[in-house]
Amino acid sequence: MKFFEKYDSFKNQRVEILNEEGNVIHEELRSKELTDEKVLEAYKIMNLSRNQDDYQNKMQRLGKMLSFLSSTGQEATEVGYAMQVKKGADWFVGAYRNNAAWLTAGIPMRNIMLYWAGNETGNIAPEGINVLPVNIPIATQYSQASGIAFAEKYKKTKNVVLTTTGDGGTSEGEFYEAMNFAKLHEVPCVFMVENNKWAISTPRSKATKALNFAIKGVSVGIRNVIVDGNDLFAVYSVVEEAIKLAREGKGPSLIEFDTYRLGAHSSSDDPKVYRPEKEFQEALTRDPLIRTKKYLISKKIWSDDLQKKLDLEQQEFIKKEFEWVLANNKVELEDIFKYNFETMPDLLKEQYEEAKAHFDKHGYERGGH
Amino acid sequence: MAALNNIQALNHALELAMKKDESIIIYGEDAGFEGGVFRATVGLQEKFGENRVFDAPIAEATLAGQAIGMGVAGMRPIVEMQFEGFSLPAFQNIFAHIARFRNRTRGRWTCPIVIRMPMGGGIRALEHHSEALEAMFAHCPGLTVVIPSTPFDTKGLLLSAIESNDPVIFLEPTKIYRAFKQEIPDEYYTLPLGKAYTIQEGNDLSIVTYGAQVMDCEKAVAAYQNENPNATIELIDLRTIQPWDKKTIVESVKKTGRLLVVHEAVRSFSVSSEIIASIQSECFEYLKAPCARVTGYDIMIPFDAGEYFHQPNVNKVLDKIRETIEFKF
Ligand SMILES: Cc1ncc(C[n+]2csc(CCOP(=O)(O)OP(=O)(O)O)c2C)c(N)n1
Repeated sequence: MKFFEKYDSFKNQRVEILNEEGNVIHEELRSKELTDEKVLEAYKIMNLSRNQDDYQNKMQRLGKMLSFLSSTGQEATEVGYAMQVKKGADWFVGAYRNNAAWLTAGIPMRNIMLYWAGNETGNIAPEGINVLPVNIPIATQYSQASGIAFAEKYKKTKNVVLTTTGDGGTSEGEFYEAMNFAKLHEVPCVFMVENNKWAISTPRSKATKALNFAIKGVSVGIRNVIVDGNDLFAVYSVVEEAIKLAREGKGPSLIEFDTYRLGAHSSSDDPKVYRPEKEFQEALTRDPLIRTKKYLISKKIWSDDLQKKLDLEQQEFIKKEFEWVLANNKVELEDIFKYNFETMPDLLKEQYEEAKAHFDKHGYERGGH
Repeated sequence: MAALNNIQALNHALELAMKKDESIIIYGEDAGFEGGVFRATVGLQEKFGENRVFDAPIAEATLAGQAIGMGVAGMRPIVEMQFEGFSLPAFQNIFAHIARFRNRTRGRWTCPIVIRMPMGGGIRALEHHSEALEAMFAHCPGLTVVIPSTPFDTKGLLLSAIESNDPVIFLEPTKIYRAFKQEIPDEYYTLPLGKAYTIQEGNDLSIVTYGAQVMDCEKAVAAYQNENPNATIELIDLRTIQPWDKKTIVESVKKTGRLLVVHEAVRSFSVSSEIIASIQSECFEYLKAPCARVTGYDIMIPFDAGEYFHQPNVNKVLDKIRETIEFKF
């Protein structure tokens, strides 16, 4: 155990490997798995998620998309952990602010967009991708994740579960209750907190007087650590250890990622109302994309030209995905009835017939009634 | 008199109440500094200080539980739940304790609490942001459940809710938070809880509705009367869901002989179920047509792209008005 043993959340220490200039300052801590090739791969997804956030923000302003919650600023955290979710085996049980993690774990972008365009079909994960749908009620994902982890242990697999919440989410009772259960049963679950400093307009200081979020694990006996969440190398390496311990039957871990929400809470929120401009400007200098890019450039595997090319390719791809969504964002009347039960009860069939008669008469277009 | 929308009326009422009574405090997720996601409490922290208006950690069960303690100890807490869908973690304390304290202690201790929350659909929101759960609250003895539909009512009913020595669930239809303005008195006034309001009188049909559906019904009624100038329809805004104003509705149906209930909440085991069942037994010999309803269907509230299928709309109401008035045995 490199991390969980050494780092003491009571001293408020955090794991750092890649500094803000993009230099590796703790080569000895860096995961052997995280080759430069892998860093490049991670960077491309981080960049894709950022471009997608920007695009969706634009579309939201044009009224073509509902509210959505962006990963902007948290990409190193989300990509760093989600890369390690083994497809067809491990699980990711996220919250609602997990765009970069979903992309990394194999959710098609069009699904994510369809979801934020208000369509349940966006929730259908492809076969072999164990990623639960967007979870809106805060911290409930922690319980679900510990339940899945219990099942995996019960079935004697080596599969692990990763779950995440915001800093605000640590105030819900379920946050503790789920970890308590997980520790009692030593289930293979990695609990994560994306501390982006804000819960809508409520700052971290108004959410807790605890020294940090990691030590909340102490109360239920779970090993814990704080990681610089804008440092892809630190995120990757610590999560790797937590997963390894879980696979070996050594139970759950809690990881706090120290990061920052660079965007608004959601596209219907204006952070200027509550967020000190100085804090935001400072946070900009720690942007995880810039830091990772600096590393890649220093290794001569990245350049401004390649960046331009990548942005163009990604923007083109994002636009195509969204066009697909616009063309496919349809809900049939029957769909709102037929998934409430395995077979539609007679009572519901009656209501469906009633609705059908109404819409046959008045038209099926929104607003056309 | 000032022209205010529903949100402004809420804010205004909260300010008047806080000025009048120092035992009132307000808290909720983001309700302090920012004034809540819909800005219902905006400016109140500045006026009354962080001791009386504050942000609370995200923990609905505890928000409700603390209100019990404060209420029992003589304060009058007003709790904001961010959306009705997020009151679910608080059900434990609302149902198991807030509703029961008076009965449990034979009146020695009560919970003079107001729990406010945005409710209902039609705002293109995400999952759990569009529920209409009034029937669940109304099902629990001991809770008063209020849903206002106009700025005038919002102010008067909220002030009554705050004065009430019983716990009040105050549900605010988000769709009409900013839909229109109304001139309302500047001074402190209250409207009785448990009393319906007859928007217009009529002889051929009684429509009972509340919240955001009042607007749909007004449009449908106007359209029907336009086509049928001899017809008159009585339109009643229920305003308080529990205890509901049976007397007003019984009197109305005895006059008109026909009843239509409209709400967006799911149909089965709903407010309309209760009203229609009661009217059926109290007004049976007066009825000239089956009691009718336009409601949401018995399904999960669809995400935005399918939500319009579920919501009541003017045509659904208009067709039902025709069917009921033109019904022949
Ligand atoms: C149970 C519950 N209560 C309230 C909300 C409304 N809500 C949505 S996001 C949010 C703030 C969450 O902050 P945090 O946990 O820090 O996560 P972040 O959004 O910053 O990633 C709140 C209160 C909710 N979704 N679920």
